[in-house]
Formats: sequence, structure tokens, C-alpha cells
Amino acid sequence: MDPKLKKTKDSSSNSANSPDSTHSSFPFPDEVLERVLSLLHSHKDRSSVSLVCKDWYNAERWTRTKLFIGNCYSVSPEIVARRFPRIKSVTLKGKPRFSDFNLVPQYWGADVHSWLVMFAKVYPFLEELRLKRMTLSDESLKFLATSFPGFKALSLLSCDGFSTDGLKAIATHCKNLTELDIQENGIDDFGGGWLSCFSENCSSLEVLNFASLSSDVSFDALEKLVRRCKSLRILKVNKSISLDQLQQLLVQAPQLIELGTGSFQQELTPRQYEDLETAFSKCKNLQTLSGLWEATSLHLPVLYAACASLTFLNLSYATLRSDELAKLVAHSPNLRRLWVLDTVEDKGLETVGSSCPLLEELRVYPADPFELDLHHGVTEAGFLAVSHGCRKLHYVLYFCRQMTNAAVATIVQNCPDFTHFRLCIMNPGEPDYLTNEPMDEAFGAVVKTCTNLQRLAVSGLLTDLTFEYIGRYAKNLETLSVAFAGSSDRGMQCVLQGCPKLRKLEIRDSPFGNAALLSGVEKYETMRSLWMSACNVTMSACRLLAKDMPRLNVEVMRDEGSDDRQADKVYVYRSVAGPRRDAPPFVLTL
Amino acid sequence: MKGYSRKDEGCPRLLDLIPKEKERLTKSAEEKKTRHGSSEEKQLELRLGPPNGDWTIKNKNISREKDHESLLPFGYFSPWSSSSGTTPFLQAHGQLKESSQPNPAKTAVPNSSSSSSSAQKRTAPTPVVGWPPIRSFRKNLANGSSSKPISELQNAVGSKISSEKPIENSPKSLLVKINMDGVPIGRKVDLKEHDSYEKLSFAVDELFRGLLAAQSNFSAVGIKNDEDGGKAITGLLDGSGEYTLVYEDNEGDRLLIGDVPWHMFVSSVKRLRVLKSSELPTLSRGRKHGKLSLDTSPK
Repeated sequence: MDPKLKKTKDSSSNSANSPDSTHSSFPFPDEVLERVLSLLHSHKDRSSVSLVCKDWYNAERWTRTKLFIGNCYSVSPEIVARRFPRIKSVTLKGKPRFSDFNLVPQYWGADVHSWLVMFAKVYPFLEELRLKRMTLSDESLKFLATSFPGFKALSLLSCDGFSTDGLKAIATHCKNLTELDIQENGIDDFGGGWLSCFSENCSSLEVLNFASLSSDVSFDALEKLVRRCKSLRILKVNKSISLDQLQQLLVQAPQLIELGTGSFQQELTPRQYEDLETAFSKCKNLQTLSGLWEATSLHLPVLYAACASLTFLNLSYATLRSDELAKLVAHSPNLRRLWVLDTVEDKGLETVGSSCPLLEELRVYPADPFELDLHHGVTEAGFLAVSHGCRKLHYVLYFCRQMTNAAVATIVQNCPDFTHFRLCIMNPGEPDYLTNEPMDEAFGAVVKTCTNLQRLAVSGLLTDLTFEYIGRYAKNLETLSVAFAGSSDRGMQCVLQGCPKLRKLEIRDSPFGNAALLSGVEKYETMRSLWMSACNVTMSACRLLAKDMPRLNVEVMRDEGSDDRQADKVYVYRSVAGPRRDAPPFVLTL
Repeated sequence: MKGYSRKDEGCPRLLDLIPKEKERLTKSAEEKKTRHGSSEEKQLELRLGPPNGDWTIKNKNISREKDHESLLPFGYFSPWSSSSGTTPFLQAHGQLKESSQPNPAKTAVPNSSSSSSSAQKRTAPTPVVGWPPIRSFRKNLANGSSSKPISELQNAVGSKISSEKPIENSPKSLLVKINMDGVPIGRKVDLKEHDSYEKLSFAVDELFRGLLAAQSNFSAVGIKNDEDGGKAITGLLDGSGEYTLVYEDNEGDRLLIGDVPWHMFVSSVKRLRVLKSSELPTLSRGRKHGKLSLDTSPK
């Protein structure tokens, strides 16, 4: 981004390195400016700072140590290397979010390797790497492990392309590793041997999360690792760890702040049960609890002693019933965040409403998403119940099979502070089940009432009216997800014209066409990205967009056997790096 | 979505509707006539899934035909096919409120909940790609708690988790879905009716041979099969044929058929797939995605 030059006298040639710049506009020398700016951490603040003037741009770039790149293709490794000389921590995000739901073919891109090569050259003291929806190979992991002697923290969320062999390299070579966080990735699990690759001298681990891996690890190696890493605060094990093994781990690490258990079902002797209970009661600092695979009422009580301090309870892998949940939340009055499966049903959610007055975030996932039987899962009643009891609720993700406009209107009246409202009525195009009307008024109520709304996901039968409401009222909206909704181009146009802070718009299976796409021509450069799949957009409109806006990358993927004129999947994003050079053949860059 | 009942046996006839030619619409009209009465009603029948209850998607050929007003013969919600700016979905919905429709009682989106409740008990149809938006690692949770004893589920107060799923509780039949590459409509096969992999392979051949033939008869460069039923599907088990049989287990992993004893296979299988052998590289075990992925990183 080019800095906008303020009208000052001597601002042209001073680099941040010159020690005695005393140009009249700024009464303090560069070192002071740098010192002050080095205290800034938010990348948004830093971005604003860099736009003030050239001096500030330079001071900022020399003091930035954490790099956040929300779309890896919006910039190139070379550009980054030129601008920022002193980076210690990098966060990189790659594929569009719908790739999580198999809408993006494999080998689409977002390979981290070219970034790693640049980092090795320019940032040899890199310490942290956090990747989301990127592709990386075992070779990349080996390269990472051996190129950065001070490397400390690796976090991989929803990435793919690698295997546990790559993890072996990390465990073996990163002598100062403090964090290894592997979440929800599409990886090849060739066994748990990687855990045994941590050297016996490694005692620096603070975060270890391998909950999403499936193979058995050597419990002996794990236990020894946990014992010698006295600073361990986050430990999330996988299903292969049994209850009595968990007990042995807890005994070594009562200081844990976040715990992910292994399988929560095992035949225990009374002595083992008691030991487990005691171990949990000694965890006085526990704030987050997750895992709990196969947990039943038989073993849940061991947790009660630890529940008092819990602020985040993730039960989204435990098929709990309403009574089981009721007892758990009764012991957890300090909960701020709760994730459950819809097996708890409305009744379970009622108990949440009555037991957790401090609740701020609720996520209800479907245990069986493809089951269409209405008699399973949660309904509007559960959501209502939570909204009555938890007035501080501001983040919700709710999967249900039926909803009404009236219920949503009441919910947002109870909880007007929603910042994230993600409602997924699972049958596409489902109307209000009582009135058979579209769900327009529900989302209308949300955007009218919740003025701080940043993220919205809509569902159910929706006409353009929903989008008119969104465009008119959702002035703080940054992310909008649309599926099977809308009646015409007008819907999308309302959103593009009405939401000033919109950054990410993802749409699938909706009747928005070329007019809608092109109405946002001036908007897309202010956004991170636009995704449209299975809509009504043609190649000619995409080409027009690409031609008019050279700083946008317009990429199209076509489905097999579809009409040549149709642009089945369109991904538009701003970039200073120009068109991708690594696009596979099925990605057409226009 | 409401008011229609599942008919598994309806699948083969629907296959006539798959390809690109325009004659398929008349065929589909005929299909609809036999099953649902007049063709006017067909247009008013609003569905979010094909009549057999499957959300089967998608031969993309179908959904992209802009000159066809609707894909409603296939029952799929097709918002893009209407040029008037409103979706056929909403048009039908709008029509429901008018009195001008000929036979409101027969439309598939009646306001009556009585007809919908009986239809609601259908079990899981093949899902739309990527919908509901759940990441693969979260799927199979209700079934995937493989070591949770069934008796505990049944004894539990108010437990509704798996009690209605025939796959887990009924010893009399074990119906699993089976899909074949290139054939958009899936079938179901009862594993209890077979006691070996060979028999299963034979059953798969029977299920899909006709469908595959019907499919290829319509494709522009397809192989014309003049014999009835088309050519046999062989070599499913050993990789020697054009297709290979794979399955997905209760952890969501995709595995080759034949590695474990039959009874072990039956207890862990959740669905079957018939994939083109040419598209199978080394199949990786233990992969946590619900989809097959090519193994690229050299080991």
C-alpha cells in the first residue's frame, strides 16, 4: 500500500534509520517514533499508522514483528520481504472458506512453500507460523523445521497436504518448540510415532494439541513429555488416550489452563474412578475443557469439581443428552462459551439458559446433519430459552431444522448485542414452519436490532427483502454468508451498496447474476474477497470485471460438463501481487 | 421437502432424466405423470429433493440448462433457471397463495403439517455438496461413537440418538448407500443379504449395470450398448476392472474393500462407493476427510 503523503516539508528522504532527523513536522526523532510504534500490535492499527506519512510508514515497517496476511494471494512473498525486514511471527490464510465444505477442488493452491523459502532467506529468526486453510507438504514441514533455529510455535488449522511424517520433522528438529497445535486438518495419519520424536531435552512446550489425529501415540513418551514440560498450559490429546491414562497426565500437569481429554469411556475400577476425580479436582486453573469423546453420565461426574472455573466448555464431540448436559452446566456457572451437539435438544438448552447467566457464545452443531427427521435436534424453542437466560449472548452458531420469524425477533430483543449471528436451518429454502412465510423478517429483526453485528450467516426461505434489510441496517457487517437465498440480482446489489464495512461475501446456490456481480465493481477493492458458486454468473461478466479492475484477481472454476458460458465458481479478491502464478489448470484467471 | 414419500425403487427411472438432450424433459414429464398425476401439477410441485427423497446432486448437466425452465423433474431447487428474476421456487410459493392454481391440494408444499409429519421420517438422503456447512471432521458423530454400547443408548432416558436408524439397531437388514462415479443417483444395498465380498460385488454389478448403460446411451460420445442392460461391471474387488469398490467406515475413512473379514466389514461400514479405477492412486488409510484425496506428498 502506498503511503499517502501528508503535506510536510522535509518528509521526503528520511529513512527510519537516520538518527538525527529533526524535520519540523515531528518534534521527536525516529527512535522515539519507533519505540512508540513498537508497542502497537494490532495489524489494523499498524496499517492505519503506515498511511500517515512516509516517516511513519518507515517507522512502522521497521518495528513490525507480526505479520498477518488474510489472503495469501493478495500479496507476494517478494513484496512482503521488501517491506518488512524484521518479522518473527507470521499468520497466513489461504483457501476460501467454502473449501472447508468441499466446494474447492484439491490442488487449488495456497501452498506455503514459496513463502517458507522467502522466510528462510529474509527472516531466519522466525519464531511463529500460523496457517489456516493452506496446503503444505511434508517437505515443507521438514524445511521449516531445519531452516529456523529459533522456531517456537506452529499452528495448523484446516490445512492439508501433509502427514504425520512432517510432524516427526518438527518434533525432531525444533529444539525450542513451545507450541504445536494441529487442528482439523486433512492429513495422512501414518501413526503416532511423531510424538516420540521429541527429544528428551525438550521441556519448553506450552501448547500441545493433537486432538484431531487418530493414531495411537506412545503413552510413555507423552507422559514423560508432559512431566518435563513444566510450563505446559494447553494439552489436548486424541481419542487414543484413555481415562486412566488421562488421570496419569493430569497428575503431572495440574497447572493446565486448557485440557482436551481423550476418549471418555472406559471401564474403571472404583479406585481408578476416584483417582480421576481427585486429579480433576486438583486442576484449579482449568478454563477450557474439550474432547470428551463418548462421554456418558457414568463418567461425567468426575469433571464436576473442575467445572467451577470453566469459561469454555466444548462438548461438540460428545453426544450428550439433555439431562447429562443439565448436570454439567449446573456445575459451571462461569461459562462464557459453550459448544454442544444438538443431541442435548431444546430441553438441554433450557438448562443452559437457567444455569449460565454469563454465557456469551453458544454453538449448537448437528450430530447427524443429513437426517431429515424433525424430531431430532433443536428447534427455535431451545434458542429462545437460551436467549431468555443469557442476556450477554453475542455469538451464536445454531444448526436446526425449524425456525420462526417470531422466535428470532424475540431472541434478538432479549440479546441485542449480537456480533456474530450464524443461523443454519438445515433444509435449504425452509420457510417459517408456523406461518409458511419466508424468513425475511427474522433476519430483518437481527440487523435492525443488533447494530454491532459483524458476521451474519443466513438460511431458510429468503427473498430479496432479507438483503434489502441487510443493506439498509447492517452498517457494521463485515462477513456475510448466503446459501440458497434471494430472488433476484437486486438482493445482492442491496448488500453491495449498503454495507460499508463488508469485507467477505460468500454466496452459493443463489439467483444472483451478472448485474449483481457487476454492481459491486467499485466495492470489491475494499473487500478481502467475494465467492459466488452455483449462481447465475457468466464468463463474459467475469471477463468484464477482470478487465475493468486490474487490481482484482478474478478466478473462475468450471464444473465438469457445464455450459461454457457459465462461471460456476467465481472467486474475486484484491491483490497487489497480480494474477496467481501457481494456478492449476482448472482455475481460470481472467 | 414436505409431502412426498421416499421411493428407493424410483431411482432407475429418474436416470432417464440425466443427460443433456431436450427429449429428457418430455421423458421426465412422462415420469412425473405416472407417479404424480397431471403434468400441471408437476410444475406446481415444489420440492427440495427428488421424489425418492434423495438430495442427490448433481450431474451438473442438469442444473446448468438455462433453456429449461425448471429442474423440478429432478426436484432440485434451481434458482438460476428462471429468467424472470424470481426463482421457480418462489414462483411456486407465490402461487400457493393465489387461488388460481388448479389443484392446491396436490402441491408439495401444502400448509398442512399432517402430511409433512409422515414424510419427515425419511432417513438421510444423499446430501448436497457441502451442505449443511459442517466440516468433515464433525460428520459421523452420531454414528461415529462406535464404541458407545447400543444397549446404553436404548436404555438411556429419552435417548433419541440412534434409535431410529436402521443401520445400527435392526438386525434384519443393513441398508447402506452406494454411489457410483458418473451416476448421479445412488442406490441402497442390504449387506445382510450377502455373506461375502464376491456376492456384494455381484450385487453392485446388478444395481448399476442398467444405470450405467442408460447413462451412456445418452452421452454424446458414449458407448452405445445395444445389449440389454449394458456390459457387466467386473473387477471391483481387485483393481482389475474399470471400477473399484471402496467403502467409508464409521470414522469417516475411505478404505478398499476386502482387507478385513466380512463380518468385521459389515460392522464398520457406513456407505459404499464405486470409483473409477483410473482415478485411484494409492489409497491412503486413516485419512480423516470424508472425500478421497490423492496422496501427493512423497514419503
